[in-house]
Amino acid sequence: MTEREIKKGVTELSPIEVYMLLPRTNCRECGEENCMAFAVKLVNRETALEKCTELLKEEYRESLEKLKELLAPAVKEVTIGVGSRAVKVGGKLVMYRHEFTYHNPTPIAVDVTDEMPLKALREGEESLLDRVKKIESFTYNYIGRDLRLDMVAVRSTSNDPATFKSAVENVLKATEMPLILCTFNPNVMEAGLVASYKRRPLIYAATKDNWREMAELALMYNCPLAVFAPNDLNLLRSLSKTLLEYGVEDLLLDPGTFPGKGLSDTINNFTMIRRNACKGGDELLGFPLIGTPITAWLEGGDPKEAAWNEAYVAAMLIARYADLLIMHNLEGWAQLPVLVWRFNVYTDPRKPVSVEAGLRVFGNPDENSPLLLTTNYALTYFTVESDVKKAGIDCYLLVVDTEGISVESAVAGRYLTAENIAEAIKESGIEKKINHKYLIIPGLAARLSGETEEELGGEWRVMVGPKDSSGIAGFLKENWPPRGE
Amino acid sequence: MKKEERTIKIGPKLLELLSKFGKIELEDVEIEAGELEIWVQPILRAAAPPAKVAVPPKPAKPAKPSAILEAPFTPLIEKYPEKIREVKLGATRSEGGSRGKTITVGGEESMSYYLFEKAPPHPPVIATDVFDMPISLPKAVKMHIKEVMGDPAAWAEMAVEKFGADLVTVELMSTDPLIKDASPKEAVKTVEEVLQAVDVPIIVGGCGDPKKDAEVFVEVAEMASGERVLLSSLTLDMDEAGVLERVAKAAAKHGHVVLAFTALDLNRAKELNRKLYPLIPEDSIIMDLTTAALGYGIEYTFSIYERARLAALMGDEELQHPILSGTTNAWAAREAWMKMGPEWEPRELRGPIWETVTGLVLLLAGVDIFMMMHPYAIRTMKKIIEEFSSMGKADPEKIADWVTVKI
Repeated sequence: MTEREIKKGVTELSPIEVYMLLPRTNCRECGEENCMAFAVKLVNRETALEKCTELLKEEYRESLEKLKELLAPAVKEVTIGVGSRAVKVGGKLVMYRHEFTYHNPTPIAVDVTDEMPLKALREGEESLLDRVKKIESFTYNYIGRDLRLDMVAVRSTSNDPATFKSAVENVLKATEMPLILCTFNPNVMEAGLVASYKRRPLIYAATKDNWREMAELALMYNCPLAVFAPNDLNLLRSLSKTLLEYGVEDLLLDPGTFPGKGLSDTINNFTMIRRNACKGGDELLGFPLIGTPITAWLEGGDPKEAAWNEAYVAAMLIARYADLLIMHNLEGWAQLPVLVWRFNVYTDPRKPVSVEAGLRVFGNPDENSPLLLTTNYALTYFTVESDVKKAGIDCYLLVVDTEGISVESAVAGRYLTAENIAEAIKESGIEKKINHKYLIIPGLAARLSGETEEELGGEWRVMVGPKDSSGIAGFLKENWPPRGE
Repeated sequence: MKKEERTIKIGPKLLELLSKFGKIELEDVEIEAGELEIWVQPILRAAAPPAKVAVPPKPAKPAKPSAILEAPFTPLIEKYPEKIREVKLGATRSEGGSRGKTITVGGEESMSYYLFEKAPPHPPVIATDVFDMPISLPKAVKMHIKEVMGDPAAWAEMAVEKFGADLVTVELMSTDPLIKDASPKEAVKTVEEVLQAVDVPIIVGGCGDPKKDAEVFVEVAEMASGERVLLSSLTLDMDEAGVLERVAKAAAKHGHVVLAFTALDLNRAKELNRKLYPLIPEDSIIMDLTTAALGYGIEYTFSIYERARLAALMGDEELQHPILSGTTNAWAAREAWMKMGPEWEPRELRGPIWETVTGLVLLLAGVDIFMMMHPYAIRTMKKIIEEFSSMGKADPEKIADWVTVKI
């Protein structure tokens, strides 16, 4: 690691500064119009330095180094695993999402232990292979994307090298997902690494007692290393310094997750670390953070309550800087809000989550088919789309430009009004496609029905549809075709 | 929101350049230099100059350390120039009302729950929704309030005694011209009943029709004179309908607090506050910037609440008000109530955890008052708020060996 100047906050980085270090040949090899456009994209993290082929020439070596320094994120990006399922963690540029964008959505690992039976021996017993399969197949389709779990954390509860090695081998055979090897015993860890180092697992974890042995293993097997110092930031920072000196470059930091008493310490520890990294340029803390909501299960008690606690701790940690989570529950109801929240908070605030406005056609509508209306907020649109398709309805759907805002908020904020509905109808050319004048608006826009009829010159009838698009099929069954005047 | 989408972070040098040309075209986005500055500068100021940090010294041939190298941790503390205003809700007998206690919110001098920097002077509070007529509710909610549905006074009592609500929101849904069009007189009676049933401060929720809400709020304000209720909500639509002034003045005259509601747009939130300042004291305004449900736009809410707090602390006086979240909106997400496959059951838990997660992430974004519904969600929120009252309770021994624990 070279001694370097403290990184500038990303919000202070200017395209001019980047531009001055580029070859300025405007060769367009990168696909941009000119070097300035490339510089703007680099600063906005919308392209990669490697696209500039000129920069690879010897004469630009110094510039390239400087650019790499300039553009390095406050939190180092570390890769765990290999191939298409490898995960990148960290790589964070900013503290607040609105300042830029959060990169690398927090991967979620779910645990197995090395003492689980390979296959179930008794009815109802959970086997290693069943559990890995369950982690692998967990999926929820949310606005056209599959939300999934990402990794398997293999915990050694046996504390026996041979047992651990065999469990790791079995998991490797069962899945391509990246692994986290969890044991504080270096001998056990080495047995696991021998079996899996080619797949680049995360070593969890170095502590104040075993750091030297774990560092040797990380170097020998070339794998990333987690540092665990529960509620002791002095120790965590000291271990980070020590391990960097030792030569281990890819670190992850775990300041401890305290699910009950101590949750305020947990959230504040994560926040303090991230602030020092992002706003203070502290390189010893500029590594991805690991949260372990799985500790919610240490309290014992009702499994449903443990899953409940684990879920909200996970969501709070995603909001407050966890770059990787280790969890236990595989309950759909408890994982779903966590996965959806992760997806939401990692969307790019610079880009509206909207779809193009205009008229959409579903199935084979004719001149008697219904005309529905919705907004151009992506979540609203995809929800309506999926319901209409699922029900196999032949219809027209008018998507009104509400600047990417959902129906209820668009009505309240006047982004969906009688005026822009009337305008959308005129522009869409729908009047030439249907021979009726009935418009079905969302139930949440009921307030606009009268005004819209007025705005359309009294020729149209506005029907108030269901509040949720899952009710469209039922609504049409009862109300379409309309029963005259 | 439009502004937010367009904001591209650009350093001072480019800004200088821009000011010379007046405007510049970046890809397809046209930005006026002036507009850019307005939105970029608070952020630039917020990014503190990086402090000096210890970088490990690099010997010519690195020797592997044989002992832990000390590198103590010092938290980076920021001091913000300004703070959030304090707003008091409810009034006791000696203060001209009839409440058993009052609640003060706001007063924060730091980002939400940066306890290492500055603990908030008042904990966030929870208001429970109580409707003045039977309504359709998700099954998971309905099962807990079946016996009090349609009886707002009994519902309010249950919310306070059984669910532990700090405040009660009387939702005057029946006044909606499209539903029952109940008269202001009827609404006043309902509010009176609730005031008698519980002694916590109350929030009065309108139906969303600006003119009707104005009529109702003016009469409620007069009847409940001195009680310092929170009128939910006052909007720019009311201004457009020409009724904002009348409502705000009535609220001020009778010593109430108003909720200024805008839809995910800080410019409009500021605009509404500017309209309210001549009409009502600044310490009688709370803001609702819109809560979108988890899965249905919560990220907008999260970011706008963080931005509002940051801007307020940096000196934007028009945003220095406590913030309320209609967390009940979580139930607008179909995942909260819809029947799905067996692998997603039971929905009796899926619904309330949806509301809980919506509330907790917004707690971290800086919300002062939560409007909530499900008893499990309220219970968890209260537990976390209590836990967040201080630091220093973590016991490292408890989790030191989590790796080997049999679950």
